[in-house]
Amino acid sequence: MNDFASLVQFSIAVPIVAAFLTLFVKSWGRPAVQIVSVTGFALPLIFALFLWGLYDPSTPGGYAFVSNLDTGLEMIGVSLHLGLNGVSLPLFVMASVVGLAAGLFAAQSKAENLSRYLFCLLIMQGGLMGVFASIDIFFFYFFHELALIPTFIMVGIWGGRDRNYAAMKMTIYLTLGAMLSLVGLIAIYVKSGAESFDLITLKAHLAEMPLADSVQNYAFGLLLFGFGILVSLWPLHTWAPLGYGAAPSSAAMLHAGVLKKFGLYGLVQVAIPLLPDGMGHWENWIVWLALGNILVVGLIAMAQRDLKQMIGYSSVMHMGYAFLGIAAMSVLGVGGVVLMMVAHGLTVALLFMLSTMVHHRTQTFEMNEMGGLAKKAPVLAAFFVCAMMASIGLPGPGLANFWGEISIFLAVYDFRNWLVYAVVAGIVISAIYGLRAIASVFYGEETDEFIESQKEVSVEDMSWAERVPALILIVVMFFIGFFPKTVTESINDALESEPVYAQVGE
Amino acid sequence: MSTEIFQKIAETNTWSWIAPELAMGVLALSLLVLEVILPKVAHGAIPRIAILGQLVILGYVVTGTCAGTFPAGEAFGGMLYFDGTGQLFRVFFLGASIFVSYLGMVSLDKRLLPQVEYFHILLVITAALMLLAQANHFVMLFVALETATVGFYILVSYFRHTTVSLEAGLKYLIMGALSSTILLFGIVLLYGAGSNPALAGSSQDSLNFGNLAGFLAANPDDTLGLIGMILVISGVAFKIGAFPFQIWIPDVYQGAPLPTTALLAVSSKAAGFAMLLSLSKVFSALGDWFYPLLSALAVLTILFGNFAALTQRNLKRVIGLSGVSHAGFLLIGVIAARTVDWASTAILFYLFAYLLASAAVFSVLVHLNKDDDSDLTLDDLGDLAKKNGFLGLGLAVGVGSLAGIPPLAGFIGKLLIFIAAFKAELYGLLGVAIVGVVVSIYYYFGILKSAFFDVWQFQADEEEAPTAIPGSALGFLGKLAIVIAIAGTLLLGFYQSPFSSWLVG
Repeated sequence: MNDFASLVQFSIAVPIVAAFLTLFVKSWGRPAVQIVSVTGFALPLIFALFLWGLYDPSTPGGYAFVSNLDTGLEMIGVSLHLGLNGVSLPLFVMASVVGLAAGLFAAQSKAENLSRYLFCLLIMQGGLMGVFASIDIFFFYFFHELALIPTFIMVGIWGGRDRNYAAMKMTIYLTLGAMLSLVGLIAIYVKSGAESFDLITLKAHLAEMPLADSVQNYAFGLLLFGFGILVSLWPLHTWAPLGYGAAPSSAAMLHAGVLKKFGLYGLVQVAIPLLPDGMGHWENWIVWLALGNILVVGLIAMAQRDLKQMIGYSSVMHMGYAFLGIAAMSVLGVGGVVLMMVAHGLTVALLFMLSTMVHHRTQTFEMNEMGGLAKKAPVLAAFFVCAMMASIGLPGPGLANFWGEISIFLAVYDFRNWLVYAVVAGIVISAIYGLRAIASVFYGEETDEFIESQKEVSVEDMSWAERVPALILIVVMFFIGFFPKTVTESINDALESEPVYAQVGE
Repeated sequence: MSTEIFQKIAETNTWSWIAPELAMGVLALSLLVLEVILPKVAHGAIPRIAILGQLVILGYVVTGTCAGTFPAGEAFGGMLYFDGTGQLFRVFFLGASIFVSYLGMVSLDKRLLPQVEYFHILLVITAALMLLAQANHFVMLFVALETATVGFYILVSYFRHTTVSLEAGLKYLIMGALSSTILLFGIVLLYGAGSNPALAGSSQDSLNFGNLAGFLAANPDDTLGLIGMILVISGVAFKIGAFPFQIWIPDVYQGAPLPTTALLAVSSKAAGFAMLLSLSKVFSALGDWFYPLLSALAVLTILFGNFAALTQRNLKRVIGLSGVSHAGFLLIGVIAARTVDWASTAILFYLFAYLLASAAVFSVLVHLNKDDDSDLTLDDLGDLAKKNGFLGLGLAVGVGSLAGIPPLAGFIGKLLIFIAAFKAELYGLLGVAIVGVVVSIYYYFGILKSAFFDVWQFQADEEEAPTAIPGSALGFLGKLAIVIAIAGTLLLGFYQSPFSSWLVG
């Protein structure tokens, strides 16, 4: 199975190489830049789909396509150890799908200095592919940072309103989160005595000699709050809506859709399997903070008048479900979280992209100033309704999010019955703001402001350049919605081989 | 001292062991000779000859280090001690000196001042620092340090027509003399304590590091020894710019000519750590006092450096204060080296990463067209990325590495220090370090923000374009310097194999 390990390496290397190529072909004109960058986004998707097709869920040891390279940090037990297991593979594929959509959308945008913008985006994509393919937790962190830095740059340079403030705030918050999780990872490395950052080695080592409770508690606390800041756990979430509001849409798509899953993925794959007792210690914290995410942030989302901010808050809110699913610690709950991470990544990326398209037509993000757009742009309206329904988690159109959320709800019910009421209240909240957004943007009478802005910018429906990236995302959403088994099987197998999750389910 | 000692010294005078330092001295002198014998039109070649000569010496040292042909052990009657760490410091100081020579070449060309003396003094300072890193005796340490410091007095006030440079020189002179006095007083106390025949372990040659360590191990409660240690550490703290001896840094960094600032930031700081690493062996018997003292210094240094840098707008002051915080991080490494063997490797890695990052930043700053580089502010960076993308890239990589952002070398340096600190169970220091890193993001980000993010903000008022940025291309050497700094920083961040095996080997 390790025959195709080089494809994993290529899917990380291709975007990075393409990034530098875009700078070199700049002088050949815009089309060359577009072709190079789109190729840089498309090849990882092809590789990822190919690997998905080859993956055998019953791989012994869990990881397939494994490769191991030394980079010079052997003295502290670091090597570039790449591979995919049942949990990381769906996310790896999702990252490549969202990447291509974001890349296509960025390539046809009117951004100034397009080649540099695509450079940042491609570096980010390389980092994202690396995050989910890393077995070595040092490189797991390293690739996350590699993807994070371009985000700050893109927000700062190509961002919208308040971009300087937003970039600064994001940088400080996310650096704090990253530093805390780094210290947590160092704690595991030092205290385990395994002299290795390799996840497989650490797991084997800690299965025999688990860490003392006190160590587990503080190490897990560091990881929980470190990752928590990165995933926008309430009340450390305030960077997220602001940052997404200011970020250029492709950066927001990749960050909210994919990069933010780093923290959840880290909890599921690293923190909980290595520190199961620490998880028990912090369980109540996770539950209460996650409720803050669902209820408090949900209500804040309801109060938003700005479309992009609202989507940002709704994305923060959905992280609450993910944390609750993780707190349930069962195969069902955590499996639901992984499925929801995939689905949410696709959905939120689509929503950010569509909201930018709405902005191009209405020249504003204020929902009060919009209305009646569906008449002018019916296709856009159809896409938007679809994406928003998916985001709310309505089962209707067979969209992916529903399966993830329903598994989480069932697991949460088994975990603590009363939590389900809160969760259902959250669904109602998200239905209110989601449907209201659809209504005020696309239906009703055209507002005066909208009529006014049409005098300057004539409103047309989605062009094909806009439809293709949206279609890519929505097709995958439908596919997972109709055939969830294609994804869940591998997730299930991977999680069941993890003793900490398997015990709870029985 | 009796004549026997001198005899012993004469027997162990292995001059060939200090060939690199001797070569530096010869090169320094020959620059002065060249100025006399060369016709005036050819004087422009002298800085190039200086760089070339240093490159040759660097090549000699690097190949010798790689091949392991350099001897190890004591020489000159125990005045010097040669080991792998000393070799690496030699490489470090030579590298720093080459890059400062380049900065000097660019910077001095803008002014009507004698040039050759600058390079002469620079080479002498570097040779002294190279010996300092190998010192095994307090007399050697003090003489080497003073040789370097006296050179620094001149270089700081080298722009003798500008008042800020003179002011900085005077401040550095007074503070430097004070710190040298403190250091010397500490040495004298240690000498007095160590050669007291009434005490166990005393010796005639009590300033030798080995003898002194033996004396302190036999008398860990000796009050004179303790006070001597504290005073010596205070003197060293001045060099590295640790709190509360950092007070000279912002003014002197700002007033000194840019190449001197770079030399102070890189070589002078590294010299302090070279001293600390060897002194930590001498004072290991006083560990119960030595390490808490360093811990307190580290905490205050990190916090002061970072918080003081927050409000600065002057670029050289920001860099100076950020250097203070780097000294704090490195101090953590020194403390961790008490229990973790490889922590001194981590310090060296950090120093090399810091050298490369500083090289990138200073090579960019030296190209900003401003008559007086002492008032370069963040605003002068406006539009840098737009007007000269190459300089912008160099600045971004340098500042990013200083901030410790992966995948740059500075991150790996910080990571190694953090791991060492964690292994040594220095949790409190680690916590402070993290606060420091997060705070530092703010001002590093501020530098990048003014260089990059305001690019399109000023479009409305095109008239008021900053003049400090060259729109034209850099010379070949300028590009080469920045490319080397960027490539080194990336390489040490991504692929450390060749370097780390060299460090450890």
